[in-house]
Amino acid sequence: MTKPELEWTWKELPIGTTMLEPGNADQYRTGDWKTLKPVLNKELCIHCGLCYIFCPDMSYNLSEEGYFIVDLFYCKGCGICAKECPTGAITMVLEEEEK
Amino acid sequence: MGKRVGMEVSIAAAEAVKQANVDVISAYPITPQTHVVEHLSELVANGELDAEFFCVESEHSALSVCLGSSATGARSFTCTSSQGLALMSEITYIASALRLPIVMIIANRSLSAPINIWNDHSDVMSIRDCGWIQFFAENGQDVYDHVFIAYRLGEDRNVLLPVIINMDGFTLSHVIEPIELIDQEKIDQFLPPYKPVLSLHPDRPVTMGGIALPGIFTETKKAQEVAIRSSMPKILETWKAFGEMTGRYYHPIETYKAEDAETLLVTMGSFGETASAAVDKMREEGRSVGLMKIRLWRPFPFDAFKKASLNAKQLVVIDRAISVGACGPVASELKAALYEEHQRPSIYNFIAGLGGRDVAPSDFVKMVDKAEIEIEEGNKEGFEIYGVRE
Amino acid sequence: MTENLNVFAVRTLTQKEYFSPGHRACQGCAEALAIRLVCKALGRNIIIASATGCMEVVSTPIPFTAWRVPWFHVAFENAAAVASGIESGLKVLMRKGRIPSKKIVTLAMAGDGGTADIGLQALSGALERDDDFIYICTDNEAYMNTGIQRSSSTPFGASTTTSPAGKMKMGQITWKKNMPAIAAAHNIPYVATACPSYPVDLIQKVKKAAEIKGAAYIHILSVCPTGWRSAPELSIKLGRLAVETGIFPLYEVERGQYRLNIDFPKLKPIKEYIKLQGRFRHLTDELIGEIEKRVHKEYEQLRAKAGKGA
Repeated sequence: MTKPELEWTWKELPIGTTMLEPGNADQYRTGDWKTLKPVLNKELCIHCGLCYIFCPDMSYNLSEEGYFIVDLFYCKGCGICAKECPTGAITMVLEEEEK
Repeated sequence: MGKRVGMEVSIAAAEAVKQANVDVISAYPITPQTHVVEHLSELVANGELDAEFFCVESEHSALSVCLGSSATGARSFTCTSSQGLALMSEITYIASALRLPIVMIIANRSLSAPINIWNDHSDVMSIRDCGWIQFFAENGQDVYDHVFIAYRLGEDRNVLLPVIINMDGFTLSHVIEPIELIDQEKIDQFLPPYKPVLSLHPDRPVTMGGIALPGIFTETKKAQEVAIRSSMPKILETWKAFGEMTGRYYHPIETYKAEDAETLLVTMGSFGETASAAVDKMREEGRSVGLMKIRLWRPFPFDAFKKASLNAKQLVVIDRAISVGACGPVASELKAALYEEHQRPSIYNFIAGLGGRDVAPSDFVKMVDKAEIEIEEGNKEGFEIYGVRE
Repeated sequence: MTENLNVFAVRTLTQKEYFSPGHRACQGCAEALAIRLVCKALGRNIIIASATGCMEVVSTPIPFTAWRVPWFHVAFENAAAVASGIESGLKVLMRKGRIPSKKIVTLAMAGDGGTADIGLQALSGALERDDDFIYICTDNEAYMNTGIQRSSSTPFGASTTTSPAGKMKMGQITWKKNMPAIAAAHNIPYVATACPSYPVDLIQKVKKAAEIKGAAYIHILSVCPTGWRSAPELSIKLGRLAVETGIFPLYEVERGQYRLNIDFPKLKPIKEYIKLQGRFRHLTDELIGEIEKRVHKEYEQLRAKAGKGA
């Protein structure tokens, strides 16, 4: 796990403040940003993959069953997937606050 | 002893870049740097130097190209003056913070306005804070030698900083001087190929140049500051190794007839040789005058400077640039360096040689005369522009 | 529901992501999507030189980076110059045997500000030298990262923070600078326009550019819901409408030869595109009519260049 910004001392910084862990941004939960989350109706899904290819946050992954499943850790709730789904299989619903 | 030839200093500088096996050269023409890059492009065109020679569309791009190539691990070189340096100044700060060991020769020339193509130090004074290691050359041999010193020093894994070699425009760049060339085998031993610590390559993806928020920016600057300060032992070590190879030893502060001198002239760059002729004349007349030459400008050699100056009663500092509205940049730094000392010489500051105006040995004598009179009359920390027609 | 049925090729694309999630772009940012698709097209053997801008800031807040490929940011106006440096550094190092010879694509990436305005000089220099690299301009039609100020790429009539619509002025008063034409005028081997709403087309164009020896320029329309004042879920639809109305036609120029990728027998009315964006809401029907006339005129000129003239 990369230390958060405020815990780094100057001695620990790599030369030129170069970042050595490729893609470590994937530790950051952008999923906290959303108000709406996408919900999939598997019966309507035709496995086209448009939700996956149009997601600006790479939040869709192909499951073993062949459906594209959203990763709510990253999903910002933009609604593009729901809008672009050709069969209307995805709906955006209000995300309830986790208690 | 290597071969000693008479050659134009710009050509010698280009030959040094060739002998240093530079990989990428990127430059934009500006007087008086042109002879350096013209000769380099000839060397590349004739196959004498295996390098990529870039004719870019501005100095800003010239240095940017060097950052890109240096980041992949290629030894990179650029050369500029005056307005070109001012244009690329944004990038100079970035090069040092990203720790890329580029070497740049600056053919020092005044900054506009009015436009003037001749020699003074105002261009390099405008980037004092940029974080590069900075040397001032006194003569052609210095320029030639320091290309090798700069690459070996800058590329050292414990330094990794870009280096500037200041060469007075026209006054040095366009004169023919005796240059002792060093044999290629000796150079290849002194300067092995560049092995970067971190570089851009898909096999090890790194991100260089991210955005630092307030919570971490200070730490990045501390790291950079420590890096340049701790380069001092490496600078001395590199000079020593160079001296062992050639018999020419360089020091951060060099003195001439200064051991018992009451008055010390202080100069940077090619003024040094002219001033030493003036010192010789004044010594013949029995005056207690010596000369201090600052060779290492950044990181500033506080200890060496203090050691060399504390026995003198007054320092006559000749600046070849003016910080308009304040005083000479070198004088103000020297005053700051001596502030803590209980016993310290007075500092009298002259601005001379602006825009390529000639300063002869007799002018140095007149400056010392004037300073001594003023200090006698109680004006200890004077400042004036020398030789202005009233 | 969408009418675009050119969808099924998506499953043939690689699943690898070289631009990781967790970046800080806004919801619905089509620029982030464009970057994602470019990286998918090119794979891991690339080095990216980025200009300052939205993508630079959202992808690299120290100590986090969204880049799984080598990436270098220097300043705002020199992405093309830095890319030239990287490309030549690699060339020399391979020639001298200091690194193993293999194909590594150099990619320069900048926004519309960093390309058409402050970056134009460095870009022109790099294109004139025909350096072997790909230049991607992700065009969100303003200086979005600094707060939606106008650039020379802002379309006529758009309201931005420095060309706001007010009582005396109606937003941007100049027409969008034609960057692909400027790039094509340098006579480089390949120029193309692309849009993430047509992902397979974009990926194919980037792959084509990677095969080219010499400079390639790709201009990608990047819908920005924050700056365009549009709903985030409409980013793909808006990109599609930009193409279907003729405002942003998809075409390629290979050594001066124009090819229109999609030719519409009848362009959709631009009102369908404009009404979905808050930055155009002040436009009168008259102004919209003027804009439409010019869009159609330029579209016909493009068709003529592509040999489909009337």
